Amino acid sequence: MTHARETAIEAVELVKKYGEVTALDRLSFSVPAGTVFGLLGPNGAGKSTTIKILTTLSTPTSGKATVAGIDVLARPNDVRRAIGVVTQKSGTDPQATGRENLLLVAHIHGMRGRAAKTRVDELLALFGLTEAANRVVKQYSGGMQRKLDVAMGLVHGPTVLFLDEPTTGLDPQARSEMWAEIARLARHERLTILLTTHYLEEADHLADHLVIVDRGHLVAQGSPEELKSELRGDAVVIDLSPDASVDAARTAIEGLAGAREITVSGRAIRTRVDHGASAVPAALAALERSAVEVAAVTVARPALDDVYLQHTGRTFAAAEEVAVL
Amino acid sequence: MTTLAPHTGYLTNRLLTATLRQPAYIVITLVQPMIWLLLFGQLFKRVVELPGFATGSYIDFLTPGVVIMTVLFSSGWAGMTFIQDMDRGVMDRMLSSPVSRGAMMLASALNQAVTIVVQSVVVIIVGLVLGAEFSGGIPGVLVMLLAATLLGGSFASLSNGMALVVRTEEALIGFSTMLTLPLSFLSSAMMARDAAPEWIQNVSPWNPVDWAVVASREALSADPDWSAVFIRLGGLFAVAVVAGFVATRAFRSYQRSL
Repeated sequence: MTHARETAIEAVELVKKYGEVTALDRLSFSVPAGTVFGLLGPNGAGKSTTIKILTTLSTPTSGKATVAGIDVLARPNDVRRAIGVVTQKSGTDPQATGRENLLLVAHIHGMRGRAAKTRVDELLALFGLTEAANRVVKQYSGGMQRKLDVAMGLVHGPTVLFLDEPTTGLDPQARSEMWAEIARLARHERLTILLTTHYLEEADHLADHLVIVDRGHLVAQGSPEELKSELRGDAVVIDLSPDASVDAARTAIEGLAGAREITVSGRAIRTRVDHGASAVPAALAALERSAVEVAAVTVARPALDDVYLQHTGRTFAAAEEVAVL
Repeated sequence: MTTLAPHTGYLTNRLLTATLRQPAYIVITLVQPMIWLLLFGQLFKRVVELPGFATGSYIDFLTPGVVIMTVLFSSGWAGMTFIQDMDRGVMDRMLSSPVSRGAMMLASALNQAVTIVVQSVVVIIVGLVLGAEFSGGIPGVLVMLLAATLLGGSFASLSNGMALVVRTEEALIGFSTMLTLPLSFLSSAMMARDAAPEWIQNVSPWNPVDWAVVASREALSADPDWSAVFIRLGGLFAVAVVAGFVATRAFRSYQRSL
């Protein structure tokens, strides 16, 4: 019994096939209650499919799952009462006002009259939407709509909140506001948040625990710190000039003492070394001896990107480097 | 089950509020049936001279026909709201909440019913202005509204069910267009049955659109055959219930596609 109370979400060997395509391939993970749990992966990794199964929209081809201790396949309607869902697309009705959107959710969850009204006012204030409450959502900015989305997911006081790509499409200002909202919710009592994102820094910033998924497989799990500490040393990325030979550059780097995990993507060579700053001069010297012209060199502390790379052999599409030399 | 009634109320309110916020849509909805009545009324004015027409006034004959045709043209589009909700993400949010699926279907039908009643009253008023005489009086008009609403409920459900299966506006437009005009022409909406070709005479008794037209016209006549009216109303009710039930099952088809 204590186990059921401590685990907010349990996914066991989830498989989802669409015809020939396997979207989820025996994905298992468990989310401790009261934490923010990140599901990180590039587009098409199976994150949204996982959310759809856990929120009772879709059924797995095989496997099982419980949310808030309730079996999603056996008692979907009980799960629906216990969860709040913020889907990837907005779920707001553009023709209705912010207040009407929230009231409809309250009413569907059986709240009535003054209780519903009070709860809605409370959420409008919490998300800074009181002034816009009586405007139709069509007129809201993207950031305001997203806040309303999250507020709608919270109306009935769910124990588990699903946030599917909550900041995708938001400008940087709105994104940082959304991060602050999520961090604030996370401090709140017993709420468990499952968050999907393809932004590494978002998972790093918000999640207590995370799993990295790729092509329907779980590739790594742990806290962001644990995952990063698995990696020793710094990432060095060397961008080659347009007419430099990639093969010659690779051979030169492979000959370098202490260079590990060498990968090539496009005209960039990536390697891992114990001390980035001291390895760079040696690398540049080696490349010069091989007559390879270098366009840029960057050195980065371990990031989730590197975790992803190490486990999948591919870089995250938008690799953002921290330090530029 | 216990959530069906309250959820239907809240969801119907949502749809009606959205309609009221689109004045252009309301104007079009009201003007369109007037144009039908004026245009067809003029074009086919002398058609009553054909053998097979019991009445001497085409406007008397046409008004119930236009009311029922308008029902098809309005409620055939009901599924567009479902598709907009899918595109927007509202559908997924609804389906991952404990909302009653039956209420989602019923609310759409009730929203159509309100539109249909308003449109029908406008058509009747225009008909009266053009000189139509409805001997059946108020009871006759009420029967026509009931027939129109039942047919509208069936078509709205069908349109919604189709929306859940095809999931794109283009496919739904095709389906709706393909259905509404032939079903109108395969009924006595614009042409007396006895004046239609024989094969249409044979097909139309199976067409619920014709049931609605015949029940309305009969109830509006001087001496209605009430048993003929009630049989057709019963048939329309049965079709609406079956359509609503089948369309609600289509939520499963939609969820399988996710």
